[in-house]
Parts: sequence; structure tokens; C-alpha cells
Amino acid sequence: MVALENTDTAGITAGMTIDVQAVSHSFELHGAPLPVLDGVELRVEPGELVALLGPSGCGKSTLLRLVAGLEPPSQGRILADGRPIAGPDPSRVVVFQDPTLYPWRTVRDNVALGLEARGLLRSQGHRIDKALALVGLTGFEKAYPHQLSGGMAQRAALARALVNDPRLLILDEPLGKLDSLTRLAMQSELVELWRSSGFTGLLVTHDIEEALFMATRVIVFSGRPARIKADLPIDRPYPRHRGDPVLTELRHRILELLGLAETW
Amino acid sequence: MSVNDTAAALPAANGGALPIGGGLPSNLLLRLSAAALLWFAASGVTALWPDAADAQEWERTGEFASLLVVAAGLLVLAALLAAAIRPAPRSRLEAAIASLSASVPWLIALALGVTGWEILTAKLNLLPRPFFVPPQALLEVYLDDWPRLLDCFAASLRLLVTGYAVGSILGVVTGVAIGWSRAVGYWVHPVLRLIGPLPATAWLPIAFFAFPTSWSASVFLIALASGVPVTVLTWSGVAGVNSAYYDIARTLGASPRFLVLKVAVPAAMPHVFVGLFMGLGASFAVLVVAEMLGVKSGVGWYLQWAQGWAAYGNMYAALLVMALLCSGLVTLLFRVRDRLLAWQKGMLKW
Repeated sequence: MVALENTDTAGITAGMTIDVQAVSHSFELHGAPLPVLDGVELRVEPGELVALLGPSGCGKSTLLRLVAGLEPPSQGRILADGRPIAGPDPSRVVVFQDPTLYPWRTVRDNVALGLEARGLLRSQGHRIDKALALVGLTGFEKAYPHQLSGGMAQRAALARALVNDPRLLILDEPLGKLDSLTRLAMQSELVELWRSSGFTGLLVTHDIEEALFMATRVIVFSGRPARIKADLPIDRPYPRHRGDPVLTELRHRILELLGLAETW
Repeated sequence: MSVNDTAAALPAANGGALPIGGGLPSNLLLRLSAAALLWFAASGVTALWPDAADAQEWERTGEFASLLVVAAGLLVLAALLAAAIRPAPRSRLEAAIASLSASVPWLIALALGVTGWEILTAKLNLLPRPFFVPPQALLEVYLDDWPRLLDCFAASLRLLVTGYAVGSILGVVTGVAIGWSRAVGYWVHPVLRLIGPLPATAWLPIAFFAFPTSWSASVFLIALASGVPVTVLTWSGVAGVNSAYYDIARTLGASPRFLVLKVAVPAAMPHVFVGLFMGLGASFAVLVVAEMLGVKSGVGWYLQWAQGWAAYGNMYAALLVMALLCSGLVTLLFRVRDRLLAWQKGMLKW
């Protein structure tokens, strides 16, 4: 666990390359196919943090499920480091909008889940405390999920992902249900974690400011079925500042792309 | 008898002790003394009021009166202890005294009930005999027939635990299998739908000739009665598991075995315990019927046997044993649940 042990050596752990090739996907709805993704082409380089922005229900989360390997795409293929994704793998870990901690497990046992599932608990158990320390949950090991606040629960979910030393962290609106103050604080923490660990990040969000504050690239999607409308590199140094005029200008552009320019 | 002397001594002891109990509930002494007084009264009625002339002689009246005196004496002792010892706040002793204080209304009601029962049966003979017996008749059964009752209690417990364990284990396994596998669901669901609602006792005539012994037939019936609700509730619990729990585990590298044992089963546990509770109730009913009709031992058989001899005292005594057995098992089940499901919020306390 290089990433957790040497938090000052940025970018040493190899992040994963993700190659989404001509992926289309549809669901069955009342017997008729409902297309949600339409010819998506996307390459994510190691160590990037790419934000996916788009109207609600456009299919961004579906793309994340495909990358996680939870479902196979209807058409096209997705490569992880050049190999097609056949199913879920602990090197690609998801953090969902709901923390979905197991209510019958303590915080510690929830974080231990991945190690336990792979039979590594005995040899790698020491990682758990480090992961908990990393998200600031030391001292809450024995708490049950119902005793945690929303922010703490999401931190625990983050620790549960990080303990597996993922090479791709898939974040599906991870801060979407938090109050705005917790949310701002956790945006900075996530950026810190990503910068110190070197994993590749895929972040779905509804919050333009969040995308601009955190990501190296912002992909803007159209409404359903989702197509890529724009691919905007955010070439600003970290730590970023919310008042940065360049980010403000980008924000205006993204609003235009989403058809909300009149609110500017 | 010494009943009178003790009863007479009570107010004096009371009066002397009263000013000491500063840190306790202010009227605790008064409440405990009132309860003790009523138990003394019950004892006095039992021992000193002569039995109705036209009724039979009850053998264990003296012993029963002594028992009541002991109960009253314990209450007096508790009152004195509570007054003399100042328990540390939040200590076990304080908790014990608090729970004793809370049960004072029950202690009073019980004393009044026993007194009323005693008067209506032994003293005035107002209730039709032999169907109603005084409390000392029950005591007589416990003192004279305890070996047989104990045997029956053990036999019932063994039969019930065996049948219930078989039924619960099979129920959980079947429920998980139906909830997890489409193929198992396809074949088992229709069978469960047809057979499940049928009361297990309907199988009685078949069971008693299909099985080699009436004991194994009874195990089958109890297992069936408890297994069906456990199966249905386990199945419903597994089917209702949040699918995101599986997604999380799968992305973390979980095998199907892990998904069943470490995700589906613990997530379904609250439902499983509802099923276990319902199954336990059903198994009690089948136990009694099976023991009354086939098995030649157990509390159900004892009830039947006592009724055959018109030994109603024995019947009431056995009923009380049966009630304690059932209630004890339900309490045990809830204890286990409280321990296993401590993570749940807002649980019903038994």
C-alpha cells in the first residue's frame, strides 16, 4: 500500500488507463429498449481526475456501472489498461451517492469488507487503521452506521474503497447528499487524497463548481441518450481557488453547453 | 404459627427504618411495606381461616402459608436493606431496587389475587369442584409429583428443541435458496404455496403411521410448523436486500459464496427473526397436540393424563410449567436476537 504509506510521494502509484470505445447502452423499459448511452468515446490517462457532467438521468451513472464491470455494455467495449473489462475487480472501486454501509457491521468491519472478501484480512489488516486515519475516522471504529452523520458515513465508504488501494476510483456523486459545508470540505479532502495517492479518478457530479474545483478534465454530456458534447481540460494548479476567474469563465461555458446560459 | 408475631412486628420495624432512607424514591419504603403487609395478610387468611366444612381437606395449606410468609419476609428484608444501604448511583444494587420498586403494583395485585383465589376456593367453596382448586393444591403437585413433572418438562423441551432446530435450520437454508436461486424458486415456491398454509396438525394422522415412532413423527410435525414461517420470512428478507449491497461487495472482489453468507444472510436477519418467532409459536401448538395424541410423555401428555383422572390441581400445575417453558423459550429467542441485531435502531423489547 504505497499510496497510504507515503502520502507525500505524489503520483508514484500507477493509475489505470480507461478506454471507452464506441459504447452504446440501453435498458429494457416496458418491453421497449431505452437507449441511455450513444457512441461514447473516452480515454482517461493514468492519474487523471475526470469529471462527468450532464443533465440528471442522462446516463452518466450507467457509464460508471459499465466501467466498474457491474454490467456489460450493449455495444462497444471498455478497456482497462488495454484489457477488456469482464466483470468487477477490486482494482476499480466505486463510491456511490449513498454510503451503503452494511448496517450490521461496525465502521471498522465495513472498511474491512474488501480485504475480507478477498481473504486478505489476516495479512493486510493493518491497512484498515490507516484508511480510517486517512479519512479522519480514527476513534469511530466501533460505531455502527446508524450512529454516524451523513458526512462521516461517506468518509467510511471512502475508507472502504481506499483500503483496497484501487488504481481507479469511481465516484458516483459521492458528495451529492451532504450539506453544503461538509461538501466543500470533502471536495478539498478528496483532491488531497487523489493527489497523494496517484489513482485515476472518474467523478460523476451535478455540481459544475465541484467539477471545476476538483477535476483535471470535465466531460459534458447531452441529455438521454448521453453523447459527449464537450471535453474541457481544466489546466489550473492545485490547490485551486473557488474564486479563480479562469474557473468562473469555464463555468459560464459549461452552463451554455447545458443550455442554461440565460441564468448567468 | 409465627405468622401473627411477624406481622405484628412489621409496623414497628417500619417506623424505625423510615427516616434513614434519604437518597431513595421517597415512598419506596411505604410501597414495599404495603406489599409485604398484603402478603402477610394472604398468609394469614390461608393459615388461620378454617377451610369450608363441605370441602375436601387440602394437605399443603400450612406449607403454602409458610411460602407466603417467606415472600412477605423477603419484601420486608428488601425494604430494610433499601433503607439501610445507600446504593451508589447507577450501581447494580440501585438498578435492582429500582426494578423492585417498579414491580410493587404487581406484587400488590398478586397478593390480592392469591388471597381472593384462596377465599373463593378453599375457604368458601364458592367455585364448582373439582374444576377449581386452591393454590395449595398446585403446591401439593409440585411437592409430591415433581419427579414426573420434571420428566415431562425435559421430554417436552427435548422434543420441542429438536423439532424446532431441524425446522429452523431447514427453513433458513430453504429460504435463502429460494431467494437466491431462480431454479430453486421455480420448483420450491409452488410447493410452499400449496403446503405452507396447511396447519401442520393436519398431517397428524399420516405422520403417526408414516414415521417409525411417534417421537420422530412429532419432530417432523414441529419442524414443519416452525419451518414454513422461517422459510417464508427468510426468503422475503433475502429478496428484499438492497441490491447496492451486492454491487459494493462485487466491486470489492466478493465471491458468490461471500455474497450469500456475508451479505444476503446478515441483511435478511431481521426478517429471519420474525420468522423464528412465528415458528416458535406454531411449534408450541403442535407440541401440545402431538403430546396429547401420540407421544406418551411431555407436559401435553401430563395435561391429558391429569384430566383423565380429574386431577385438576395437576392440570393447573402442568399448565403453569408449560407457560414457563414457552415464555422462557420466547425470552431466550429475543435475548439472542437482541445480541445479534444490536445494530438495529428502535427494536421491540420483549
